[in-house]
Amino acid sequence: MAPGLQEYVLGGGDETGGAALRDALEPAFSVVEDRGSAGARRLTWLDTFDWRLYRAGLVLAHEQARRAGRLLLTASDGTPVAEQSAPAAQPRRPTLELPAGPVWDRIASLVSPRALLPMARAVSTASVTRLLNADGKVVARLVTDAARVSAAGCEVDLPVRLAIAEVRGYPGQARRAARLLAEAPGVSAATQSTFAAALQASVAVASLLLRLLDTLEQNTDGVLRDIDTEFLHDLRVSVRRTRSAIKLLGDVLPADLADQYAAEFKWLGDLTTPTRDFDVYLLGFDSMAASLVAASPADLEPFRAFLARRRAREFRRLAAALSSPRFRTVTEHWRKALVEVRDARPPRKTKSSPNRPPTAADLAVSRTERAHRRIVTQGRAIDQNSAPESLHNLRKRGKELRYLLEFFAPLHDPVAYRKVVSDLKQLQDVLGEFQDSEVQREELHALADAILAERAAPAATLLAMGELAAHLAESQAEARADFSRRFTAFASPAGLQRFTTLLGRADQ
Amino acid sequence: MKIYATYNIKGGVGKTTAAVNLAYLSAADGDRTLLWDLDPQGAASFLFRIKPRVKGGGQALIRGTKTLDGAIKGTDFDRLDLLPADFTYRNMDLLLGRKGTHSDPKHGEPKHGEPIHRIAHLLQPLAGEYDTVFLDCPPSISLVSENVLHATDILVVPLIPTTLSVRTLDQLTDFVASFNGHRPQIRAFFSMVDRRKSLHREITTDLWKQRPDVAQTAIPALSLIERMSIERAPVSAFAPRSQASRAYQSLWSELRPAPAP
Repeated sequence: MAPGLQEYVLGGGDETGGAALRDALEPAFSVVEDRGSAGARRLTWLDTFDWRLYRAGLVLAHEQARRAGRLLLTASDGTPVAEQSAPAAQPRRPTLELPAGPVWDRIASLVSPRALLPMARAVSTASVTRLLNADGKVVARLVTDAARVSAAGCEVDLPVRLAIAEVRGYPGQARRAARLLAEAPGVSAATQSTFAAALQASVAVASLLLRLLDTLEQNTDGVLRDIDTEFLHDLRVSVRRTRSAIKLLGDVLPADLADQYAAEFKWLGDLTTPTRDFDVYLLGFDSMAASLVAASPADLEPFRAFLARRRAREFRRLAAALSSPRFRTVTEHWRKALVEVRDARPPRKTKSSPNRPPTAADLAVSRTERAHRRIVTQGRAIDQNSAPESLHNLRKRGKELRYLLEFFAPLHDPVAYRKVVSDLKQLQDVLGEFQDSEVQREELHALADAILAERAAPAATLLAMGELAAHLAESQAEARADFSRRFTAFASPAGLQRFTTLLGRADQ
Repeated sequence: MKIYATYNIKGGVGKTTAAVNLAYLSAADGDRTLLWDLDPQGAASFLFRIKPRVKGGGQALIRGTKTLDGAIKGTDFDRLDLLPADFTYRNMDLLLGRKGTHSDPKHGEPKHGEPIHRIAHLLQPLAGEYDTVFLDCPPSISLVSENVLHATDILVVPLIPTTLSVRTLDQLTDFVASFNGHRPQIRAFFSMVDRRKSLHREITTDLWKQRPDVAQTAIPALSLIERMSIERAPVSAFAPRSQASRAYQSLWSELRPAPAP
């Protein structure tokens, strides 16, 4: 789609719609079809499995037109960002990197280490209509785009998309055309739906858990095929969020459902930990090796090989578990139970129970407030002499609050939400640094023992690993020193006021 | 950014039609092209159906209170933009010569602060946006034309085959040769040639022998070229296979930079 002021969709079919558009625009412009402009393009949209480009406001498409290929990177409103030529053949397989060029330069750090997958294909036929002023000058263009999209085995004709493209120096005319277009019968602005605040709490929680289950299942195949490391990461995040939601919101579900599945999801979470730990080591290996001062990066190579062997062993275990009947049963039964809750009829008001059941908004306020209160209380109790466990526990509470904020994000005012999340993120970063350094240091000791027992590497490797352990101890000490400053900012009167504002608005 | 200017001291020699057609062909070649209609009569603006008006007039552009960028209009053709004429351009000589239009020498660029370098200086910020710029100059010898001569890489001079025109070309060549530093390359071509007139045939043949900087392509006097003012478009846009269109294409292939090997 060409860049435009606003995109619209046309209902009611192309044939009747074309005449309606002409009628709408003709009072202000002479409308002339540009005969040379129509052309078919084959498009393949590429993105990572978790839609990193889309979430960053970018759209990447491979375009095949007139036997040539191009990669087009645009902002979500269609504004061009970068472009590079590409082979004409449509991409069909996941790829970890694109050929060097302006598009890859712009997105490499954003998508890495994820693979780019063909997400959807379309054959699109665009045509251009020229809008002329009284002098016969083109002052704007109407671009219509009819596309047949295929994704996930289905083919659909998309509603015809319309956009007004501006001609340089005539912005007023383009705005005028867009206004007339928006008023034409059958034309509506391309928008998206929103979350309903009035949703019954149990229905909202079941819907939320179903979405998390969708993510978990969508990532399973990618984990089993080992396409890239982030499938496992995302699967773990969906498990962790499910566990938090069960713990913090599970009481609104029917009796025992939460208790029953809490144990199953703990099993699933534990199952994925060893492989992910090795992934984290291997992903950060080069920067870790570069930080060595006394030892040389080459000394660490036997350690890398050791990690890769261990990772392969753990991955086989994980793959076996994800293919097991237990995993299938858990996910199938969990889905069935959640669908029942989501689709249950709302309880009717009777004289004996005149109160309405709690809504999603009620739940958002009460649980988020409670989680926040807990962090403030526990954080204030921490001083220089507190044990590391107290910081670890605070980190868990921070994650719970973050998940609650994210679960109910559509209910909050976006500005207030951004401020609160930003405060919390700063605190979480320092707590994460503290704990990750400690855990990694302990693991490093255990791995050194294993290497020694297996005689898998020379002494130089162990010495280099010792230096890594020293770096980690240093980062941990810095994080500890930074904690009180971050927490004071988080629990300051201004920080608390931002939180009150957020919940005040969610309640309305 | 390559800068061409179509220029002749005399009016009515096919200067604007050359600028419009060559700029169109440059854009059709794939170059991002800008045509600046410097003639207050606004003929090039008229041919592209664009109103000959610039907000704030020539004064705002020359003084730098408005940028050229903000005054540019898109034509009906891909990659071809136009900076329209304005009636205030008739006073451009005064504007260019006036104090306060110069860059501050303390902040560098003292050379560009001189009145004769003002247009070159104004075009500089557009270097990233356009590959080719055409300047369509008013017919005269003035501070404007002198500015244009200093800004230009290639000076395209249409010549009607008359003895006086040839003399004017010699004068122009001498004048450019007197410049210190940057000198534009002069590329003349015969315009409005009527092969039925023996004088036209004689003069073209003689001058081709004497001056290698005169293009081999001659633009004939054709009613189709005059028709541009009715169609309000370049000939190659409304009659791409015509003799007139072929003549401008052949001229452009002589004038445009050689394609990279």
